Amino acid sequence: MDQFTLNLIVIGLSFALYIGIAIYTRAGSTSEFYAANRGVSPVMNGMATAADWMSAASFISMAGLIAFTGYDNSTYLMGWTGGYVLLALLLAPYLRKFGKFTVPEFIGDRFYSQTARIIGVICLLIISITYVIGQMTGVGVTFSRYLEVSNSTGLWIGAALVFCYAVLGGMKGITYTQVAQYVVLIIAYTIPAVFIAMQLTGHVLPQTGLFGTHDASGAKFLAKLDQVVTDLGFANYTGHHKSTLDMVLFTLALMIGTAGLPHVIIRFFTVPKVSDARASAGWALVFIALLYTVAPAVGSMARFNLTATMWPGAVTGTEAGSTFSEPAISLEQIETAPELQWMRNWQTTGLLSWEDKNGDGLIQYYNEAGAEGAPVAEQIAAQNLQGNELTTVNNDIMVLANPEIANLPGWVIAIVAAGGLAAALSTAAGLLLAISGAVSHDLIKGAINPNISEKNELMAARISMGVSILVATILGLNPPGFAAQTVALAFGLAASSIFPVLMMGIFSKRINKQGAIWGMLAGILSTLLYIFAYKGWFFISGTNMLEDTAANWLFGISPASFGTVGALINFIVAYAVSSATEEPPVEVIELVESIRVPRGAGDAVAH
Amino acid sequence: MSDRQSSNAYWQANLRIIWVCLIIWALVSYGFGIILRPLISSISIGGTDLGFWFAQQGSILVFIVLIFWYAARMNRLDREHGVDE
Repeated sequence: MDQFTLNLIVIGLSFALYIGIAIYTRAGSTSEFYAANRGVSPVMNGMATAADWMSAASFISMAGLIAFTGYDNSTYLMGWTGGYVLLALLLAPYLRKFGKFTVPEFIGDRFYSQTARIIGVICLLIISITYVIGQMTGVGVTFSRYLEVSNSTGLWIGAALVFCYAVLGGMKGITYTQVAQYVVLIIAYTIPAVFIAMQLTGHVLPQTGLFGTHDASGAKFLAKLDQVVTDLGFANYTGHHKSTLDMVLFTLALMIGTAGLPHVIIRFFTVPKVSDARASAGWALVFIALLYTVAPAVGSMARFNLTATMWPGAVTGTEAGSTFSEPAISLEQIETAPELQWMRNWQTTGLLSWEDKNGDGLIQYYNEAGAEGAPVAEQIAAQNLQGNELTTVNNDIMVLANPEIANLPGWVIAIVAAGGLAAALSTAAGLLLAISGAVSHDLIKGAINPNISEKNELMAARISMGVSILVATILGLNPPGFAAQTVALAFGLAASSIFPVLMMGIFSKRINKQGAIWGMLAGILSTLLYIFAYKGWFFISGTNMLEDTAANWLFGISPASFGTVGALINFIVAYAVSSATEEPPVEVIELVESIRVPRGAGDAVAH
Repeated sequence: MSDRQSSNAYWQANLRIIWVCLIIWALVSYGFGIILRPLISSISIGGTDLGFWFAQQGSILVFIVLIFWYAARMNRLDREHGVDE
C-alpha cells in the first residue's frame, strides 16, 4: 500500500470518528450548547482542555523553536504550562461558581456595566479571530502536504468537518470530539519520539532520554549536542544567550496570556462543581505535559539527527572538532540516496534547500556568523567554504519530517498527519465556540434583544458559528500578511486586558466600573501601541516607527513580552481610578462574596 | 454575622494557600529556571545543569503537583469551613 492510500485511510477514519461522536452528542438547549450542561467529569474536561489548548503551533512548531535556539526558548515550555497554575488558583473555580456562559458576561455583571461587557466582547473577538486564522492555515498546509489536494480544497474540507460537529454539537459535541482528538494527537506525537529516543540513547521515555547517554559516542546526550553545534559555529544549546529580563517578561506574558484566553476559560464552565474546576486544571496540565515534556526531547534529538545527517563525522568522538573527522555529506548522496528521500520531499515544499556554493560537490552546513574561534574556522580556510550551504531549514519540518528522518514505517507518518489535523481542528472548534457565544449571548441576547427565546438564541448561536467558520476559512485562504505576528497580538491582548480584569473582579471588592473600563483600555492601548510601533501599524510592513531590534526596544523588552507590562498598567490604572471614584454598589459586593465560596454552585445553573 | 466571619476566615486561609503556591510557582520557573540558574549551575544533571532541567522539565512537573496539592488542600478547607458542595 502506498503512503498516499495509508494517509487517506488513517485521516478518513479519524474524521469518521469525530463525526460519529458529534451526531451522538447533539446539543438541544443553550446550556448544552454553551457549557455541555455542566456534566463533564474533570478528567474528561482536562483532556478536552488539553486538545483545545494545544494548537497547530504546539504540535508542529514548538519543538522546532526549541531545536534551533535551545535553552533560551524554554520560555515557551514554562509559559504555556505555568498559565494553568494561575487558572487553577486565581480564575477557574470562581468563574465556575459564577455559573454563567461567557467571559464578557462575568465582566458585565461584576462591573455592572454594558460598556465593560462590550469592551470584553471586542477583546475576545480580536483574540479568537486572529488565533483561528492560524489554525485554518495549519489545516490547509497539512492537507496539501499529506493528501496531495490543493491548499484551498484542504481548507474547505476542514471547514466542512468543523461545521458538522461544532454547529450541531456545541460545547457538548466539541468536548467529546476533543477527547478523541487528544488521543489521536498524543499518540501521533509520542510514537516517533519514542523510536528516536531509543535509537539515540536507548531510553524508551524521551523525557529521560534527553538527560541520558548518547549511545554512539558514550557522552551525555546534551553535552554531545553542545559539542557538535559549537563545532559548527552555532551558539551552544544549553547556554543562556538572551536578555534575562526579556526572558522573564516573555514567560510571564505567555503565562498570564494563557490564563486570559477566553476559549480556555470557558472550558471550566462545563464541570459540575467548583472543586472539579480546580482538579480539572490539574488534569489539563497532566495531559498537556505529556506533550510538553516530550517536545524538548523531540527538538534536541531532531537537531542532532539533522546535523549528523549533514556531517556523518558528528556521530562519534567527543572532543571539540571531532565533527570534521569525516567530510560533509555529498551533493550526489542527497540527490540519490534512498534513505535521504525525505530531504528531496521537503525540498519540493520549499521548507528545506541547499546549494553547493564552493562547487566541491559537498554540502557543508555551518554558521558563518559564529565561526570565529570555533573549530569550523579551520575548515573554512582548508576547504575554501563560501558560506553555509544548507540554505533553508524551516522550524516546522522538525516534527513533521521526524518519522521520515528516522526511517519509521508508513503508518507512523499517516498518524502524524492525522495528529497535526486533530491539533488544529480541536483548537479551531474551541475558538469558534467562544466567538459564537460572545456574539449570540453577549451581543444579541445581552445588548440587542434581551427577550430572545432560548430556541432563537440557540439558532443565533449556530448561525454566528457558521458565519465565523466562513470568515475564518476565507481569511485562512488569503492569510493577511500579519499571520505570523498574531501570536504576539493574541497573547498580548489576553494578558493586558482579560486576565487582569477577571482577577481584580474576583480578588478586589473595591475595583468599580470606571476602574475596570479605564484599566482595560489603558492595558489594551499601551500593548497595541508598543506592538504596532515596532511591527508596523496593523502589521502593514514599512509603517513601523521604530526598528524592531533588541537594541531599540524599551529596556530591552520585546513586543511579544509587552503583555506583562500592559497587564501591570491595567492593574495600576484600575486601582487609581477606582480609588478616586465611588465604591461598587452593595449587590456587586454580595456577588463577589458569593463567588468566593464554593457552596451553591449547582443552583446557579438555572439561567 | 457568624456566617460572615466564617467566610472571612475561609477567604483569608484561601489567600494564604494561594500565596504559598504562587511563591513555589515563581521559584521553580523564574527562579531556578532563569534568574537563579547561575547559582545552582554547579549541580549537574544529565550532561547539563539543574537550571536547564527546571526550565525544560522540572518546572512543568512542579506545576502539576502544585495544582493537585492546591485542589486537595482547598477541598479540606471547604469542609473545615462548611462551604463544600
